[in-house]
Amino acid sequence: MRESSQPLAGLRQRIARLAATGGPESRPVEDWLASGHGAFDAAIGGGLMVGRTHEFFAADALDGASAAAFAALLALRTPGQAPLLWLRTVDAGRRTGHIYAPGIAELGGDPGRLLLIETADPKMLLACANDAVRCAGSAAVIVESWGKFPLLDLTAGRRLTLGARDAGTTLLMLRLNAAPTPSVAETRWSIVAAPSRALEADAPGAPAFDLELLRWRGGPAGTRWRLDWDKDEQAFRDTALSGAVLPLAARRAVHPLGAEAA
Amino acid sequence: MPLADARAQVPDLAIVPHDPVLDQNWLDRLAQGCARYTPLVALDSPDGLILDITGCTHLFDGEAGLIDDIDRRLTRLGMTLRHALGPTADAARALARYQTRPAPDEATAIRRLPVAALELDAEAATALVRAGLKTIGDLAARPMANIAARFGADAATALRRLLGDAPSPLDPRITPPPVATERRFAEPVASMPHATQILTELVDEAIADLTERGKGGRHFRATFFRSDGLARSIAVETGHPTRDSTLVMRLFAERMDALRDPLDPGFGFDMMRLAVPRLEALAATQLKLEGGEVRAAAMTELIDRLATRIGRGGVRKFAAVDTHIPEQAQLALPAIDAPPPTPWSVTEPGEPPLRPFYLFDPPQVIEVIAEVPDGPPHRFRWRRATHAIRRYEGPERIASEWWRRKDNAGLTRDYYRVEDERGRRYWLFRHGLYDEKPDPRWYIHGLFA
Repeated sequence: MRESSQPLAGLRQRIARLAATGGPESRPVEDWLASGHGAFDAAIGGGLMVGRTHEFFAADALDGASAAAFAALLALRTPGQAPLLWLRTVDAGRRTGHIYAPGIAELGGDPGRLLLIETADPKMLLACANDAVRCAGSAAVIVESWGKFPLLDLTAGRRLTLGARDAGTTLLMLRLNAAPTPSVAETRWSIVAAPSRALEADAPGAPAFDLELLRWRGGPAGTRWRLDWDKDEQAFRDTALSGAVLPLAARRAVHPLGAEAA
Repeated sequence: MPLADARAQVPDLAIVPHDPVLDQNWLDRLAQGCARYTPLVALDSPDGLILDITGCTHLFDGEAGLIDDIDRRLTRLGMTLRHALGPTADAARALARYQTRPAPDEATAIRRLPVAALELDAEAATALVRAGLKTIGDLAARPMANIAARFGADAATALRRLLGDAPSPLDPRITPPPVATERRFAEPVASMPHATQILTELVDEAIADLTERGKGGRHFRATFFRSDGLARSIAVETGHPTRDSTLVMRLFAERMDALRDPLDPGFGFDMMRLAVPRLEALAATQLKLEGGEVRAAAMTELIDRLATRIGRGGVRKFAAVDTHIPEQAQLALPAIDAPPPTPWSVTEPGEPPLRPFYLFDPPQVIEVIAEVPDGPPHRFRWRRATHAIRRYEGPERIASEWWRRKDNAGLTRDYYRVEDERGRRYWLFRHGLYDEKPDPRWYIHGLFA
C-alpha cells in the first residue's frame, strides 16, 4: 500500500503545483483586445483577453463577412505594426470570397499588416494554426473555417489554446456556417449583420453588427449588443436606432453581474 | 591590310581595338540569355553558341518558331545571325559555319558541305582538294580506313562526327552555385537518420563558408545521389538571408516531412551535395535588449517554415495596384520575397466603406429585378435565395480599361452598394450599359461587413 500510495501522493503534489502555476485560468493577463466601446469592454472585463481563444460564429452563411470583419477589426485596431495572421483553406475564396485588401483599407485597417496563409485542406490548416499561435509577435491569429470542423475536437482546441497562452498570442476562431460546439474558448460570440444607420438618400451606412455573447468563462453569457464601426475613430460605438431593437434592456439587466465578475 | 592603308581608303573609319576578353564576356552574356530556350547552352568560342533544343521546341511552336524568336531577339541586340539545325552538335555547327548551297534535307546538306568543314590543318585540306575530294559526300564515299591512314585519325573522327556515326558531346555552360559542398561515400549510406546527420555537417560547412564571405543564404538545395543512379533534389528558401544552421535544418526536416513521395535511400546514397545558389549580404547582428529583433525574427522564421510546408505561394502579403478595376486592385505576393509595403488609398472621413470586405473573383451571376431597366436593383436572387433590397447607393460607374485592350472595347460596369432587409450588405453590378449591350447581366462582386 505504501509503495503505491507514494507515487499517488507525488502525482497529487504535482497536480497541485500545476494548478497553482499553470493552467489557462491562473496565468495573469496583461492585455486585452478592446473594442473601443466603453460599456462593451467593461462588461467583458476589459475586452477579449490576449493569450486566449475566442470563437466567432456566423449565425448564417451569409453573415460570414460580418463575423470576419468584426474579428479582423478587433485585431487591426491595436496600435503598432504587428502582423495579423489569417489562416484559411484555398477553397474559402470560392465559398465566402477572397479577402479584399482595399476593403480593409476602407474600414481603416492597414492591409499591409495582413499575412494570408492558405492551406490545401483543414488538416494542414490546423497544423499551420498550431505553428502560428506559437509564434509571438502577432496582433492576433485568425483561423477561418467553413462548416463542421471535426478535426477541431477538444484535444486540438486545448492544444491551440495552450500554445496561444504560452506565446501570449490571441487566437480568433472564425467559424462560418457552423453551429457552436463545446470548446475551451474564453468567449464565444454569435455575429449577425445588422441594418446600418442610413445615410443621405437612404444609402447604406457604416458596418453594423448584432453580437450575442454565447459563452464567457469569466461571467454570465447571453448578453446582446448592437454596435457599428466608426472608421474615423477606429472604434466600435452604439448604433443610433429608432427604437425598434432593444439591446439596452438586456444590457442593463446583465451589466452589474458582468462588472462584478470582471 | 595595315591600319594606315585602311584609313587612307576610308578617312572617317571608326576604329575599335580588338578585345578578346570583352568579346568572350559578351558571348557569355548571350549564352546566359539563351538559357530561356534550353538549359543546355554551350559556348563555341569565339563567336558561336550551340543550343541543345531536344524537347524544347514545342514551347515555341516548333523549330521555326524557336529560330524566329532567337532571330528577333538577337537582331534587336544588333547581332548578325547565321544559324542551322542539325542532328548532332558538330553537324549543326558545320552547317551554320560552312553551308553555302541549299539542300532538300539535312543529310544531303551535310554531304554537300566543303571539306573545310572538317577544320583540318591547311596542309591536309589542300591535299584533300588536290585529290579531288571537294565535299564531305565525296569523302564519305571512300573507305574510312584509307582516310585515317592518309590524313590521320582526327580527320576520320571529325568526319564520323559530322555524319552522326560518332557521338559529338556538348559541353554545356552551367553556372556553378557560388557555395557548394559535397561528400562522397566509399560505402553507400542506407539509413535516413545517418543521411540527415551528414546533411547537417554539410550545412555547417556551407555556413562556415558563408560566414567567411559575410553573406547569408536565401536558397539551399540538397541533392541526394543514389548508388543506383537516381538523384533527388530538395530545396528550401528563406525570407531573409540566414547563417543559422538550426533554422536551415529545421526547414529541410519540414520539407522532407511534407514530401508526398518520401526520400528513399534504396541501396544507399553514395554522394550528397549541398548548394547555396542564392547569396545575399548579411552583416552580423546584435540582438536588442528589449527583444524587438527576436520577435521580428520569430515572425520571419514562421513565414519560412509555413512557406516550406505549404509552398511559397501559400503565405502571402497584400500589395496595392493602381487601377480602377476592383479585382485587379490588389496583388497577393509571396511573403517570403518580403514585398515592400505599398500605400493604400484613404477614404474621406465620414464615408462608409465603398469597397467590400470579401470579393468574389470571378463575380457570381445573380438574377435581378429592377423597377426600370437601367435603374437600381429592387430584389435579387443569389445561391437559391431571394433578397429584397431596402437601401442602395449607386451607381458607381467603372469603365473598362480600354487603353490596355487591343480592340479598345470592354463593357462599363454600374456598381450598387445595397443592403437587404436583414442588414446584410452586398456589392452588385450590371455588366454593360443598355446602349452597349442589349441585355446586360447582373453579378454579385463582394460582401460588405
